[in-house]
Amino acid sequence: MTRGTTQHLLDASGVSKRYGAVVALKSASLRVLPGEVHALMGANGAGKSTLVKILTGAVRPDEGVIEVRGTQRRSHSPAEARRAGLVSVYQEPALIPDLDIDSNLRLTGTPINPFRDWVNQLGLDALDLTRMAREVPLASLRIIDLARALAIEPDVLMLDEMTAALPANLSERVLDVINGMRGGDRSIVFISHRMIEIASVCDRATVLREGETVGVVDMDDVDAEDRIVELMLGEIAEELSDNGVRKGAPERGSDGGPRIEVRGLAASERLRDVSFELYPGEVLGVIALEGQGQDELFDILSGSIRPVDGQVLVDGKKVSFRHPADAIQEGIVFVPADRAEALLMQRPVRDNIALPFSVRLRRWGPIRRSTEKPKVDKAIDRLQIEMRAQGEVRFLSGGNQQKVTIARWLAGGVQTMLCFDPTRGIDIRTKHQIYPLLRELAAAGAAILLYTSELSEIELACDRAIVIFGGEVVAEIDAADADEGTLLRAAHNLKSDALLPEEIVASAHSGGSASEDPGEVDG
Amino acid sequence: MSGVADATTTTRPSWMTASGIRTLVREHPMVPLVGLLALLVALSEVIRPGIVSPNWAGVLLRGAVPLAILAACQTITMLTAGIDLSVGAVASMSGFLVATLVGDTGLVLAIVIALAVSALVGLVNGIGAGVFKVHPLIMTLGMSLVVLGLANVWQVMRVQTGSGVPTEFRQLGANLFFGFIPVNLLLFVPLALLVIFTLNRTGFGRLLYAIGDNPVASRLSGAKSWQVLAVLYLISGVLAGIAGFLFSGLTNTASVTLADSALLPSVAAAVIGGTSIFGGRGTYSGTIIGALILTVISSILSSLGYPEAVRQILFGSMIVFVAAAYTRITTD
Repeated sequence: MTRGTTQHLLDASGVSKRYGAVVALKSASLRVLPGEVHALMGANGAGKSTLVKILTGAVRPDEGVIEVRGTQRRSHSPAEARRAGLVSVYQEPALIPDLDIDSNLRLTGTPINPFRDWVNQLGLDALDLTRMAREVPLASLRIIDLARALAIEPDVLMLDEMTAALPANLSERVLDVINGMRGGDRSIVFISHRMIEIASVCDRATVLREGETVGVVDMDDVDAEDRIVELMLGEIAEELSDNGVRKGAPERGSDGGPRIEVRGLAASERLRDVSFELYPGEVLGVIALEGQGQDELFDILSGSIRPVDGQVLVDGKKVSFRHPADAIQEGIVFVPADRAEALLMQRPVRDNIALPFSVRLRRWGPIRRSTEKPKVDKAIDRLQIEMRAQGEVRFLSGGNQQKVTIARWLAGGVQTMLCFDPTRGIDIRTKHQIYPLLRELAAAGAAILLYTSELSEIELACDRAIVIFGGEVVAEIDAADADEGTLLRAAHNLKSDALLPEEIVASAHSGGSASEDPGEVDG
Repeated sequence: MSGVADATTTTRPSWMTASGIRTLVREHPMVPLVGLLALLVALSEVIRPGIVSPNWAGVLLRGAVPLAILAACQTITMLTAGIDLSVGAVASMSGFLVATLVGDTGLVLAIVIALAVSALVGLVNGIGAGVFKVHPLIMTLGMSLVVLGLANVWQVMRVQTGSGVPTEFRQLGANLFFGFIPVNLLLFVPLALLVIFTLNRTGFGRLLYAIGDNPVASRLSGAKSWQVLAVLYLISGVLAGIAGFLFSGLTNTASVTLADSALLPSVAAAVIGGTSIFGGRGTYSGTIIGALILTVISSILSSLGYPEAVRQILFGSMIVFVAAAYTRITTD
């Protein structure tokens, strides 16, 4: 055992945490050297987020030793952890919406000048500190969060899915900054589902599986990525490769008409003029960079907001939804990206799935278990939802929670399903359960509209895809031709010979400076 | 937890106990509540040996029933992250209406009128909270003033013509079978079972929990919260009206402020019984135990000869303490 006290900047070992019957962490360890960017990897539910929360003092561990620069730390609050040099940037921005940026910074005692420097380096030069946090776009808020953390110069900075909701140009800058910190005396713990980012900026990777540290991989090794996937998946790796997604030819409805026809739809400033048709039996992909109007499109189709202009036709009939109930009435169901928007966190899985059965007035009476239970059971079975702990949904892993949001609609039978980034922040295994499921639903005659921020999903799950840019449909691509390069270029509304963000990142890493920034921050 | 000197060497056992208690309270919240009630009963016996008897229990239970019904209003509204502060005024009004009408209209019609007015007040609460999105705290507080004012107008208009609390109410609200079984249980037991059944086994009950837990998710699932809230507050109004009959029968008085002093204890009973003011969490059986606990404490204090002020201080502190304890247990 090398327990060199001077060697590791951060040394956490034997960390465990239980929530009632659910073991979040069994025996996790994480050792980070000074100056390294260390990836923390694992499927959803492996315990990454719990470990980070323990390190930053947000959650108290049941057992375990945490040493920073050789001295043992007991962090019982984020403030103590911060004094000990451990700071985290979480997935959700931690700014108070009703204060301006400047007040938010003062509130947390952030030094302004270093903050400014970092913001500039991260590509947000035009930031106005007097703006209210609520008016700043999400992507910029995340950059502000990161700059704020960098400005207080922590020993160990933990980034939890930092690039997940960032547009490509901003995530490049973030990766550049992270890369620039390699070799100093501070370290970064980097959590991401995107292997390409891990490979480009990380020195080593610690892999968690089911709450245990199962291995540490040196990213310089030739087969590092394969080894990480192997460690993450464990014994299910083989099962996955057999579980390839099979696609059949889209079977259009008997009359050949579209299930949903959208004509010239517009809402707010972002959705300008979108038209397309969605047929029964197909999975139609929607590709767009952050904030191109896709959110509004899905909100209109699901009955959450009303369009300013344009028409929606369902089975050839013009509709106007005033409430999500109206959309559900027409057989259109919505799986939102944010699980916190979809789930009753304090209720059991079964109640979450059965909720739509009870919403209509004539179903307010006694619950008919004999008809309801088989449907709920079937949905749970089909999605293989973890039911070991019969407790509240909030104790489930992210992947299982997402399955519950989908199972809710399966239980009642799906005609038309709108999925908004259903696999964001979800582990590979769950993803590989969701794609075939969408295909099966389509094969059974359902119409599925799938927005995804992961371009590789288009090829796997869709028949064709439309690309939205600047609030308009700019291209339609057949899934057969939908390699990531084509899609990425289309999403940027670029010509086919334009330089891709990943190529820019690559050139930055190979020594070239990414001085030419193709885009600028919107908002 | 409590200043143990060698805490560092015995970390694990102490953690296990604390966590064990948490799990117990989270998964079987009735166990500690019933335990606390038993403890208080034992305390009564210690303070006044021989006091605990069937008659003592019957008298306590009789007093706890109307409170428990008002607390049902708080439980069901708090499940949706609401509250009903009009129940005191509505209960007083309904008892008063019956007492002033019974001479002219007969008992049945007087009851029907009182319940219809209670339901109407509840419906207005529900429409205000559900359709116009006025916070239930403000909505029901406002309505309680409106109801009190209207009851006063009614009182002035109708110079008392000798009619009083009907005998049937006095028998129902104050009598004991065999000297120890309160007659009001005849009304309360079916009512309580109905509330519990509604919360656990009906679509409406499921929606109450859902809306309190996550209004956005409920909306996306197709639930129309204004419908749910309108019906919910209407039910709450009717329950308060029924409680008013029992209050007036118990005290043999008809006054427009009769049940006002029961308003805050009704909130306290629900909170002590484990209902969260933030919605989505709570049971009516817990609330009933909460009402019993409050009634036993009142009895202990009055048997010790402490003034009303002590009871207020104790109830107030208990609400705060219990709410803090539940928050610690259910978060994390």
